[in-house]
Amino acid sequence: MKVQQTVRVGVDVLEALMTTVSELVLTRNQLMQTIRGLEDEELKGPLQRLSAVTGELQDGVMKTRMQPIGDAWRKLPRIIRDVSTDLGKKIELVMEGNETELDRQVLELIKDPLTHMVRNSADHGLEMPADRVKAGKAEKGTIKLSAYHEGGHIIIAISDDGMGLNTARIGEKALEKGLTTHEELERMPEQQIHRFIFAPGFSTAEKVTNLSGRGVGMDVVRTNIEQIGGVIDVTSTAGKGSHFSIKIPLTLAIVSALIVGCDEQRFAIPQLAVRELVRVGAGSEHTVENLNGARVMRLRDRLMPLVDLHDVLGVGEAYNGQEDETGFVVVLDAGGRNVGLVVDNVLDTEEIVVKPLSDSLRGVHAYSGATILGDGSVIMILDPNGLAGEIVTALDEEASMEASAAKAAEATNTQRLLLVRAGGSEPKAVPLALVTRLEEFNPDTIESTNGRLVVQYRGRLMPIVPIGSEIRTVEGQRQPVLVFAENHTSIGLAVDEIVDVVEERVDMQMSSDKQGIIGSAIIKGKATDVVDIAWYLDQSRAGNIQRRTSNRRRRILLVDADAFARRMIAPLLAAAGYDVTPTGGMHEVHAIAEAGEQFDAVVGDPTALSRIRQEGLWSTLPTLAVTDWPEDTQSEGLTAVLPRSDRGALIAALDSVSQEEKVA
Amino acid sequence: MTTTHDDNSELSAESMNEYVSVRIGDQLFGAPVDAIREVFAPQSVTSVPLAPNEVAGLLNLRGRIVTAIDARRRLGLPPREADDAGMALGVERGSEIFGLIVDSVGEVLRRPRAELEPVPAHVDPTWRSMVKGVHRLDKELLAVLDVSAVIGTAGAKAEAA
Repeated sequence: MKVQQTVRVGVDVLEALMTTVSELVLTRNQLMQTIRGLEDEELKGPLQRLSAVTGELQDGVMKTRMQPIGDAWRKLPRIIRDVSTDLGKKIELVMEGNETELDRQVLELIKDPLTHMVRNSADHGLEMPADRVKAGKAEKGTIKLSAYHEGGHIIIAISDDGMGLNTARIGEKALEKGLTTHEELERMPEQQIHRFIFAPGFSTAEKVTNLSGRGVGMDVVRTNIEQIGGVIDVTSTAGKGSHFSIKIPLTLAIVSALIVGCDEQRFAIPQLAVRELVRVGAGSEHTVENLNGARVMRLRDRLMPLVDLHDVLGVGEAYNGQEDETGFVVVLDAGGRNVGLVVDNVLDTEEIVVKPLSDSLRGVHAYSGATILGDGSVIMILDPNGLAGEIVTALDEEASMEASAAKAAEATNTQRLLLVRAGGSEPKAVPLALVTRLEEFNPDTIESTNGRLVVQYRGRLMPIVPIGSEIRTVEGQRQPVLVFAENHTSIGLAVDEIVDVVEERVDMQMSSDKQGIIGSAIIKGKATDVVDIAWYLDQSRAGNIQRRTSNRRRRILLVDADAFARRMIAPLLAAAGYDVTPTGGMHEVHAIAEAGEQFDAVVGDPTALSRIRQEGLWSTLPTLAVTDWPEDTQSEGLTAVLPRSDRGALIAALDSVSQEEKVA
Repeated sequence: MTTTHDDNSELSAESMNEYVSVRIGDQLFGAPVDAIREVFAPQSVTSVPLAPNEVAGLLNLRGRIVTAIDARRRLGLPPREADDAGMALGVERGSEIFGLIVDSVGEVLRRPRAELEPVPAHVDPTWRSMVKGVHRLDKELLAVLDVSAVIGTAGAKAEAA
């Protein structure tokens, strides 16, 4: 039998070791920088070795700081056992991701909050066995703990299948504590009410039990988690259970960073957050474009929002996208969304030792720390999350600007359109949000089978339908194709030329005489035909049921606080033949309701829909919720809950709703 | 360090206050010697965009990152000439080091503790929050700096603003 040998080492010794290694790394970097310009072979060899050994030492020391999260969970099964006997509840504790490692310090800090939360779930969350049976659930309640890594973070989730949070009681308590007013509360979405449990001194437990409810509430948990730069949130469904999720950074003392230049200054960006680098401007295929003042870039035929570091930091002059100017776009992972950060240049990558900021700088969210580079200079470390915050604010501003610009009753309907030339010299417009990719094929690869054109695309045959009458191939020129992916099948629409991307307020004039044209709109001051994608898609799918037979365009009210989502969905619905009124917030919705507008269905995010329902607006209409988290969404009162990623499902659901209506 | 004015009137070492004399603008200030870790010439200060106004930037002091606070900006004085880096007083607070940037540093002055006079009431409140008292020298006044207050916390900042 092999015994794993261990030595007990004081934490202070490890910490001191860590500091020393950090300094060693810095010195190594400094040496490497100095030697870079020299051609001294005698020095180079040993130095490379020194560098490698330093790296190994660094990894080794880092490892001593890492501990599996299971260490913090070890006592939980016992606690749960005690709870079950004390309360006479039957509880099963499921733990996943025990081996997920995180920094020792972080682990210590989340241990107590986690224990507290699990106790809470057992004590307040789960019902007595008899009640569970009555509610049609298994006698045994389940508490599930899971942990996994995501980006530079660790995500810990605690969920139970108990009764869920008591929204009414939390509301009452919030009123009692003066945290909100009656009016506010009435209009508040459920999840926001649930979040009151994180407010200081908040506890709804009526009696103090042996286990929890001793005044150490969720506010303490939240404080502890925020102290280490984490966030906590809750979602809960009455009768089904609650789900707490915690996101904490894996803050490590040494990180690999990208050094970028902006206005004569250098900044470090943690490599973890960097997805890729793109050069823009002179001699590059990528250009920075303007959409109504907002900067965007086409990246692999998707539009990515850009922010300029100059603007964020208020230094120098922003990249103006002129011919002779080059810049770099650092594609950052900002909360799961790609956001491009425009900088002047990219200088280097370096291992940096993160030093915390002094109090006077801690309030500046753009930075997560500072570091000393190999050449001895101090530079700031940019915080991708903080920057994302700036971007989100910018997006919000954009959204509110849109909101105020829109005369609520006739909400301005701006859409991003792809202008293409096909079957004629006049450009035609295609709603960009519908296009999955833009591709170019060699004309030789487009084959004809059974009278239909196909191309081999990603290991499958993709039908190609020309917009206009025919494909006009020019010798030696590649054929541009708009690829639409729906329900795992792709369809390509061949065009002669891709002209531009524009953002325009589309005032669609209906026209029914031309097949494949939904109508026309004034784009860039010119009447432009808008392509009816749905018609082409139907063309390419043999035997497909002809949709949209009714003459009247069905009106859809689209409510989504997220400007991005609105832009995604609105053109999709419009292209499917619906008349869409996009709105961003309740005030717009109110204005539309007051104007007496009538619709055929309401589509939007679940929160907005629940508010509309609470206010009794359009109560007879079908409501379709579109969300990124369909499984976490309470479907009560909604006609359907659909994933945001599945464009086809939304159209199908809307169509079926219309059908039902017709039958009725 | 707490200073009481009347616990000892003898001119022993304990009854004397030692100050590093510094000049900020036209005014002579004294920084209590025991509040100052060292005096150094600030080199290559990295400016920090978006930082509070009084933060001149960050600098590397023998491998440690020092937050440089510009005393002129704290006291509401006009900025120095661009090419004049000034001098810095190193101040340790907790585990952090701050560099208080002043125009120039002079000799160490010893003044009897009993001679420290309170700040006149009509002095600008910003100054009063950062000056602990005044010593009358032969030719001019020596304003005794409350170094912690000048380094400032969020609270002190709000007060000054």
